Amino acid sequence: MGIISVTNLKKVYGDVKAVDDISFDVRSGEVFGFLGPNGAGKTSTINMMTGLSRPTGGQIYIDGIDAVKDVKKVQRIIGVIPDENNLYDEMNGFENLCFCASLYGMRKEEREKRAAELLEQFNLTKAANRPFKTYSKGMKRKLTIAAGIIHNPKILFLDEPTTGIDVESAIQIRELILDLKKQGKTIFVTTHYIEEAERICDRIAFIVNGRIVRTGLITELMSDSGKEYKIQLKLDRITKEIGEELENTIKNCSAEIIDDNLCLITSKERLELYPVIELLKNKGISVYEAKEIKSTLEEVFVKITDIKASKLNDKGGVAG
Amino acid sequence: MKSLIAFWNILKKDIRNYYLKPPNISWGIIFPLSWTLMQLIRSQGNIEISALLPGLMSMSVLFGTTSMLAVTITFERKGRSFDRLLLAPINISTLVFAKILGAVLFGIINGFIPVVFAAFFINLSGINWGLLFVAVFLMAVTSALLGLLIAISAKEVFEAQTFSNFFRFPMLFLCGLFIPVDKLPALIKPISFLLPLTYGADILNSTITGNSLFNATFNTFVMLIFSLLLFHLCHRNIKKKWIL
Ligand SMILES: Nc1ncnc2c1ncn2[C@@H]1O[C@H](COP(=O)(O)OP(=O)(O)OP(=O)(O)O)[C@@H](O)[C@H]1O
Ligand SMILES: [Mg+2]
Repeated sequence: MGIISVTNLKKVYGDVKAVDDISFDVRSGEVFGFLGPNGAGKTSTINMMTGLSRPTGGQIYIDGIDAVKDVKKVQRIIGVIPDENNLYDEMNGFENLCFCASLYGMRKEEREKRAAELLEQFNLTKAANRPFKTYSKGMKRKLTIAAGIIHNPKILFLDEPTTGIDVESAIQIRELILDLKKQGKTIFVTTHYIEEAERICDRIAFIVNGRIVRTGLITELMSDSGKEYKIQLKLDRITKEIGEELENTIKNCSAEIIDDNLCLITSKERLELYPVIELLKNKGISVYEAKEIKSTLEEVFVKITDIKASKLNDKGGVAG
Repeated sequence: MKSLIAFWNILKKDIRNYYLKPPNISWGIIFPLSWTLMQLIRSQGNIEISALLPGLMSMSVLFGTTSMLAVTITFERKGRSFDRLLLAPINISTLVFAKILGAVLFGIINGFIPVVFAAFFINLSGINWGLLFVAVFLMAVTSALLGLLIAISAKEVFEAQTFSNFFRFPMLFLCGLFIPVDKLPALIKPISFLLPLTYGADILNSTITGNSLFNATFNTFVMLIFSLLLFHLCHRNIKKKWIL
């Protein structure tokens, strides 16, 4: 069982099935991503795991604790960074952090020390005495993340950590997340940016319409998208006939002529290049380049979910 | 200990962020003052301050608590900062206590401002201060809990404001402060017995003017029952409506 274990989780709002019978495990120390379009049920799932909403059905265990029954116990060891920045507008950065720390019962000296540390780490020391409402979007996001980790939680939930902020801040935040992973934290993150998932997650689940359509290691998902190898060749010329001859000579492969100079060879096994090149050489064809084509996570996502990748990114903000 | 730290800091934050803000402080002074002035003008100078005092105190308590709490909580819910409190490992009772205590203290202080003013004009030595304090305290508690109950149902700040007015104005006029309960029409009378404020006002009346419907022990007891009932309702509704 993982440090987070979810089985048959359901959430129904009226006649909307926001979360429709999902199960997954998150392993200790990994970054686990929930990747899905708007309205897929990502936030609904986080809310149930963190105690902001009650499941319609199913079980959630976090670090061995029943999160449905004993949510207050779970809340001691988790940190939550919601999709909206929800700190107090009138209070300054330092006060906000100290207040959040106090909610976890941290003593004054401890709170102040930790708040100052985090402000430093997040490059916000200069803004520490300014009201939260005067912060830029990126600064607000960073302070919200700092507030979520102030009590040094073991497990972290981040709901769309980089939505709506600029590329540079997004990069900083992703680095922060990877830093937290290095410190041994388990991280559950939702996103609708494929690139982000690819960059920071160890494993991801594709979630669409409240259902998980696929879960796996990023590397796994990318490599088993059909289990085939593709080599693209750049040549001085190529014809259909030569393509057919290639298919006949080399076992289990297909050759697709893209244009007069490009040919794509697909095979079920790893392709040995020498015979291919030799055959072409015998025909008097020069080979300028041979490149392995890997499918991107985006292609994998589109293939598995049948959702256009552009639909994923239609929310405001920069993917980075 | 950890809960205590959280409790204290929530209270401190509310006092600093809301109750000590100048516009809110001035409520406690401007309102009783203008009401007294209005009465003075109406009666052409012949008013009995002691007769006005219980009403003024109740009004001040009510204005300092119900809508303050309803509005500030709805405001925090709207801005989502309230989620932080629900996400923190604090149980709901502690949270309710922390949230209402600020309003209760504010209400009590407001309630005694008219007394301070009155002390300049009339002799207050006959008052049973202990009992007066108990009455003001219980009035503040029930009105604050009412405010919380409103906040649980309201989605927008203006809704919270409207709901609180909907409750507090009829309450003021039915609680026997301005029109004695036994002079109310028979149809309306039962309503006034359903209002916690009626019993609090009755204590105020008995200690300040000597006129009362019930004895103080009964009044205190009824107010306590109201407090427990409202607390229970708040606790239940928070679980039902805030943790969706
Ligand atoms: N409180 C609610 N009442 C009714 N329906 C809701 C509620 N919360 C969520 N839903 C519905 O549940 C579905 C899932 O919503 P959810 O917010 O979990 O999606 P999401 O994956 O987080 O989307 P986004 O990327 O836009 O944040 C949506 O259809 C949404 O309209
Ligand atoms: Mg969401």
